[in-house]
Amino acid sequence: MGVQAQDFKNITLSDVLNWTLIPVIVVIVVMLLYTQVLQPIAPGSMEANIIGSPESGFGNVVDAVGEHLRLILISTALAIATGVPAGILITREGFKDFSGLILAVANFGQSVPSIAILALFMGILGLGATTAIFALWLYALLPIVRNTATGIEGVPQSVIEAAVGMGMTRRQILFQIELPLAFPVMFAGMRTAAVINVGTAALGAFIGAGGLGDFIITGIPLRRDSMVLIGAGLTAVLAILTDWILGKIQNYLVISRTSST
Amino acid sequence: MIKFEKVSKVYSGTKSPAVDSLSFTVPTGEICTLVGPSGCGKTTSLKMVNRLIEPTSGDILVLDEEGELVNILDIDPIQLRRKIGYVIQQIGLFPHRTIYENIATVPKLLKWKEKRIRQRAQELLEMTNMPVEFLDRYPHELSGGQRQRIGVARGMAVDPPVMLMDEPFGAIDPINRNLLQNEFLRLQEEIKKTILFVTHDIDEAIKMSDKICILNVGGILEQFDTPANILANPKNEFVEDFVGADRALKQLNLIHVEEVMDHDPLLATGTQSAEETLRMMRAQELRTIYVVDDKKRLKGYVTRRSLRDKTGQIDEFLQPSEVAIPLATTLRDAFSEMLVLDYAYVCVVDSQQRVHGLLSTEMIQQAITDSRTSADEED
Repeated sequence: MGVQAQDFKNITLSDVLNWTLIPVIVVIVVMLLYTQVLQPIAPGSMEANIIGSPESGFGNVVDAVGEHLRLILISTALAIATGVPAGILITREGFKDFSGLILAVANFGQSVPSIAILALFMGILGLGATTAIFALWLYALLPIVRNTATGIEGVPQSVIEAAVGMGMTRRQILFQIELPLAFPVMFAGMRTAAVINVGTAALGAFIGAGGLGDFIITGIPLRRDSMVLIGAGLTAVLAILTDWILGKIQNYLVISRTSST
Repeated sequence: MIKFEKVSKVYSGTKSPAVDSLSFTVPTGEICTLVGPSGCGKTTSLKMVNRLIEPTSGDILVLDEEGELVNILDIDPIQLRRKIGYVIQQIGLFPHRTIYENIATVPKLLKWKEKRIRQRAQELLEMTNMPVEFLDRYPHELSGGQRQRIGVARGMAVDPPVMLMDEPFGAIDPINRNLLQNEFLRLQEEIKKTILFVTHDIDEAIKMSDKICILNVGGILEQFDTPANILANPKNEFVEDFVGADRALKQLNLIHVEEVMDHDPLLATGTQSAEETLRMMRAQELRTIYVVDDKKRLKGYVTRRSLRDKTGQIDEFLQPSEVAIPLATTLRDAFSEMLVLDYAYVCVVDSQQRVHGLLSTEMIQQAITDSRTSADEED
């Protein structure tokens, strides 16, 4: 099912927009932030100390983006590493009874406001990135567990029956049939989790986890709009980009695995 | 061979059995159909053979590769299933895998070499009348009938001696179903599998089976016999109702025109003279006669009226024959065609339009009478 030359003739305006709109907006926002917020910062000012100035460079901003990404990557990776097995487990014979319990735990993480979760675990785990990662992990768990289970349960019964009837083992059915067929739905869950975490990670600054949230919570009491704008603007840019990139990957996966029986 | 010995299944939480002490034997190379109303345990019985459902009591024996009868309960279920072909109504093709990969499922489980699998897959597509290019397609790119053929091909991938088919043609439109049934019967002539077949359609059962097992609700065996005997001598009221009031007509499905036609009918050749033909017809009291060429190919017919007072070759007075029945036609189809056309007799021809015989409504009637008496004698 490779892309054929004639496919390119059918590219419409909406296809072009679909591919360029978000990157263009992101570039414009980043340029605006640079020219309107960062460039005017005077050396020696309070902003220059925290954000940096054109003279001293903006290493702090780059570091903050790095910290932010680190929080998201580690927490989402942990959520995938635990959520996918949990999602698989609750679809297994004999564990279906526990599906309510596991989904309830995941639901808890999702329904409690993120700031409350951070505060809650700060009491137990103390300040720092570890606590933030733990909270973000819990927060990202639900969409991943739920979508894994939903994806597996969505595999047509007839496909499973044929697989069993032909003598495939449970493990073979899981890895060769159920997971590949559930993957698009599972991936959608991971995308949701990652995007939620970009925004939630900004709150990590409250408990000293670093990241772009630092600029926001420092800027608000000091009434320095430039700090708030940089923190909020870049968080938004990260969220939009994450969603867009993962969305493109998801589209590719869904199209190349078009399924019907 | 598949042998059921007093097999029962009681599902946990229920009191009445789904299958009740079922015993019957499917001889090697035959198709045996389990048929009955819903709740008669036909699918349950089928699924017990490859241990998708475990029997509560009784034994199921199958003939293994060494020609020995083995109890399926002594074989590991996973290994057992790989050795038994399995085809289901919903087909259950793997949507994310190509046709080739689908067919390769069991061969790969049995660790066949890639080259051997590829060769076998091509062979199977040829056997099921599908183009070899389909191997690289995905199931959703095929039509329903094509997917069902692939389902059958996948079930036969490792050439298993025993196959289980659960309403394999049930979800297909009537025209394609008929086509697939015919194709499969032709294939079975060559491959001679031992097949347990489930359907709720008595017509399909009659058409496909060497033996029919009629089950009643609760998995009770009402009658186990050949289609002809079941139609001629339904054992009880249930079977009689189940096969339907038109069972005499259904018997016509079991007989092919070749078996009853007049193999040596009186025919005229086109070069004969009108006078001679007329004499011939008067002598035999025929009103019409079919005309063939020197290779016995059907050209048409002439009537006595059209030849009256004529001279010359009868070719000139020929009327084209609108219909001729192919050799393999069942009596039911032939009879139906004759009724529609209002013909008292028709020519039976081969694929080259050569006349092999003549079929009349009287011959059909005689065939019904004969089949009844012969079935009675067997009893």
